[in-house]
Amino acid sequence: MNAPASLMEKDRTTPVKERLVVIGNGMAGCRAVEEVLARDPARFDVTIFGAEPRVNYNRIMLSPVLAGEKAFDDIVINGEDWYADNGITLVSGDPVVAIDRATQTVVAKSGRVEPYDRLLIATGSDPFIIPVPGKDLAGVVTFRDLDDVDKMLAAAETGGSAVVIGGGLLGLEAAHGLSLRGMKVTVVHLMPTLMERQLDEAAGYLLKSELERRGQTIVTGGDTAEIIGKDGHVAGVKLKDGREFAADIVVMAVGIRPATGLAKAAGLEVERGIVVDDHMVTSDPAIMAVGECVQHRGACYGLVAPLWEMCRALADAACEQPSGYEGSVTSTKLKVSGIDLFSAGDFSGGDGAEDIVMRDAARGVYKRVVVKDNKLVGAVLYGDTADGNWYFDLLKKGEDISDIREALIFGQAFASGGALLDPNAAVAALSNDAEICGCNGVSKGKVIETINAGACSLDAVRSTCKASASCGSCTGLVESLLALTLGGEVQSGPKTLCKCTSFSHDDVRRLILEKNLRAIPQVMQELHWTTPDGCSSCRPALNYYLLCAWPGEYEDDQKSRFVNERLHANIQKDGTYSVVPRMWGGLTNPRELRAIADVVEKYNAPMVKVTGGQRLDIFGIKKEDLPAVWADLNAAGMVSGHAYGKSLRTVKTCVGSEWCRFGTQDSTGLGVKLERMTWGSWMPHKFKIAVSGCPRNCAEATIKDFGVVCVDSGYELHVGGNGGIKVRATDVLCKVSTEQEAMDVCAAFIQLYREQAHYLERTAPWIERVGLDHVKAGLFDDPDSVNRLAARFRYSQTFCQDDPWAERAAGKHAELHQHLAEVRPLQVEIA
Amino acid sequence: MMIGDWLDIGSVDQITPGTARTLPVVGADEIAVFRTQKNEFYALVNKCPHKQGPLSQGIVHDNVVTCPLHNWNISLKTGEALGEDKGCVPTVPMRVDAGRMYLLRSAVVGSRAA
Ligand code: SRM
Ligand SMILES: Cc1cc2nc3c(=O)[nH]c(=O)nc-3n(C[C@H](O)[C@H](O)[C@H](O)COP(=O)(O)OP(=O)(O)OC[C@H]3O[C@@H](n4cnc5c(N)ncnc54)[C@H](O)[C@@H]3O)c2cc1C
Ligand code: SF4
Ligand code: FES
Repeated sequence: MNAPASLMEKDRTTPVKERLVVIGNGMAGCRAVEEVLARDPARFDVTIFGAEPRVNYNRIMLSPVLAGEKAFDDIVINGEDWYADNGITLVSGDPVVAIDRATQTVVAKSGRVEPYDRLLIATGSDPFIIPVPGKDLAGVVTFRDLDDVDKMLAAAETGGSAVVIGGGLLGLEAAHGLSLRGMKVTVVHLMPTLMERQLDEAAGYLLKSELERRGQTIVTGGDTAEIIGKDGHVAGVKLKDGREFAADIVVMAVGIRPATGLAKAAGLEVERGIVVDDHMVTSDPAIMAVGECVQHRGACYGLVAPLWEMCRALADAACEQPSGYEGSVTSTKLKVSGIDLFSAGDFSGGDGAEDIVMRDAARGVYKRVVVKDNKLVGAVLYGDTADGNWYFDLLKKGEDISDIREALIFGQAFASGGALLDPNAAVAALSNDAEICGCNGVSKGKVIETINAGACSLDAVRSTCKASASCGSCTGLVESLLALTLGGEVQSGPKTLCKCTSFSHDDVRRLILEKNLRAIPQVMQELHWTTPDGCSSCRPALNYYLLCAWPGEYEDDQKSRFVNERLHANIQKDGTYSVVPRMWGGLTNPRELRAIADVVEKYNAPMVKVTGGQRLDIFGIKKEDLPAVWADLNAAGMVSGHAYGKSLRTVKTCVGSEWCRFGTQDSTGLGVKLERMTWGSWMPHKFKIAVSGCPRNCAEATIKDFGVVCVDSGYELHVGGNGGIKVRATDVLCKVSTEQEAMDVCAAFIQLYREQAHYLERTAPWIERVGLDHVKAGLFDDPDSVNRLAARFRYSQTFCQDDPWAERAAGKHAELHQHLAEVRPLQVEIA
Repeated sequence: MMIGDWLDIGSVDQITPGTARTLPVVGADEIAVFRTQKNEFYALVNKCPHKQGPLSQGIVHDNVVTCPLHNWNISLKTGEALGEDKGCVPTVPMRVDAGRMYLLRSAVVGSRAA
């Protein structure tokens, strides 16, 4: 077989050609052949095997074919004439089933045996099928080749519903096509963010909103449990959380795996892909591999750009002018008409990396570039991708961008013009009637007039002429005008919520309502946050503001909560937790005490202590044991005491008229009623209540956020007390004569505080800031205010009074309490 | 890669983006395994350089975690305290391959407290 070339040459007049056999008639295989032909057309006798019964076509254009924007003929790369003209033998529809390295032959399914001198494996990848029940039903398809497209088109002809599993590039393109073909499409994606490998949370959110606007149902965080069948055909998809979606067709687009079966069977070195060197040669020098099936320097690729570079290096080496391939940086574009999305490089941020973010809510644009050591290392663009290639170029070349840094985010046109290097100069050059604030139609002249009339801070300009008071995208312009007009006299306004935004707490709260903002990424986009996903100050604040604004509708964001509120217990200095069950109004009974005693013994709690809030605190519980502890306490009828929360803490009471010789009213009973009404609510900060039975005030009601002092004629209601770092005695709010009125005013006051205070502001500093008169006006100027506020509070409470411990004890968020695994690194691998 | 150099610690799905999970190590310090919003994975000794707070329980933003005890910000990439604070926690080289997470075995052993 492998006779030396010199022997054969003697018998022939023309020099003998080496036989090059290619397995895979796809994008990489044919491109490699093209590259070889371009260098040395006479070098090889080429035979290409293709599993698909057709010529070489552009796989990435299957998406437009599905969407009806292109026909198959439009996407053929090399037609039959190409094979003929170049003397290539195409064996299509006949997959290779084995490689015999000893005899240097390949065997096809039909039995055909083909000898090779050089073999090229370009088998691409196989779609990954998630191993769920029903995966083999008729109507479950993948999205890889033309046959798959034909199956989808056949299904779409009769309309109906499609479920696409996987919200990556492929899945979304399939969903788009099916949707254009008239199907009702649901995308089920395991991760919280669509295309999470290419997009950050902000861009993923914009994409999701746009697809939903187009009528697709997008389910993120959806884990498929099974594909439901009926008479052997798919009928729907069921998720692990119990949700079900009807489906006439299910498209699995959850990922791909390099097709390495042949190579592995032939004994080549295979890890995730077929291992190749920089010249695309495998562990057998006679065998090369290229495309998605290979692993080069540890990386596998799923996009075409790297394949072109691989093919170049391969052809150079095969034609004895080796150049080498060094790996690729990739970029992604989504091929869904009307959606502009681009992502490239590493945008994970990190040390020394600085994010530059630009958001234009009016145009639906989000841009983020990541700069490190004066080089561009990553970019995500949504809504305006015109500069994608420019960024990608800067990124690949690793150019020093320090000169254009200021203008980088505005794109190539600005950066190369240098116009924006001094933003003030650019603003100075604007004419007086130039529009500064598009949302409120405010011109440059008007802003300057406002500043000259005494508005010396950003905040003053916003409240006077409304410029930059809505979406904030013109904040920079207004700041420039302030600087130009006042020079060094610009005053800083109220503090912004945090360094991620130019808006204050009040602005953010107002805008959430005005603009109907319903999710953290949406707030960040619409209000032009300057960071991609906020910080540890703004995330919890926004989570609370949204929760307060949209009771029952907003879905709490666990990862934006401080650990205590996530684990429903107080973290201690040694990383264990303390557990404080509620004791309504400070009352308890043998059953509860016994349950607590049992827990202390069963879980070896090192300490149990009476708190300053009239209840018992169990210390030193490990996070793994919390659910079991709660289950035991629940069994005795006890619920979470929220000793950990920005929420109602305790209601302290004294013994009151039932026992005490001075008691004027049933302070214990009222305290219990107040606690039953208010427990579970989320607040800007912690909130404490007390009820004393007479002015001797044994429950210390006058240093509580809301205090009741019972008197003969009724109830004195106190607010804004604080016993902590800075002691503040309460202000008297009003006096009422019945328990019901006391309860209503309490509910109304809490709601006013919930709706108006800044996050992490207790009632004492809140009242100091806004004034007692403001609070009184809010409650009493309109005779109906108390009822309206109280009604809003009670409504929001209908969603808050589920014991968070019970849910956890029943298994919800079990992952928060369990270790990932335990390792014994000195022994064998863990299971 | 030599099989055996890397410890398989399970599938990536076990960690919700933007959170961390813990991995007790027999004979060494517990490790916190983080997954950021952008799906970067990091492993660090689960002890804040300030007063040993469990970093796994902090709020994750970008690739920084804010310690739950006194709000130091710790870089997940380098383990270093950011801003004014000074200190560093050991990191454990980690890789993700085909949906599984791996830790460098020698570093896991090396994370043993002095
Ligand atoms: C357990 C307890 C001490 C005790 O053993 O008695 C306690 C323990 C803590 N208090 Fe307190 N406070 C406790 C009653 C109080 C009281 C007394 C009261 O409520 O009548 C006060 C003063 C009254 C007040 O709040 O106005 C009080 C004022 C504070 C403050 C200062 C608040 C302020 O506005 O200045 C803090 C710090 C903070 O919240 O930022 C605080 C913070 C804490 C924290 C949560 C520290 C922390 O952030 O980790 C402690 C948690 C320990 C734990 O794991 O359980 N604790 N703390 C009391 C629990 C009451 C309960 O049953 O829920
Ligand atoms: C719908 C869709 C949209 C895409 N969009 C983009 C995009 O926008 N941008 C981008 O960069 N990339 C995109 N891609 C990815 C891109 O198509 C692939 O990266 C590229 O096709 C890989 O080339 P390849 O030659 O390695 O594999 P393939 O093109 O898959 O070629 C492999 C060929 O080998 C054949 N084969 C396998 N085993 C055998 C065997 N034993 N015998 C004979 N033949 C065999 C297969 O049938 C196949 O025809 C998309 C992919 C799909 C499916
Ligand atoms: S007074 Fe200080 S030390 Fe004591 S429990 Fe309260 S916060 Fe902790
Ligand atoms: S222990 Fe982490 S900040 Fe103090």
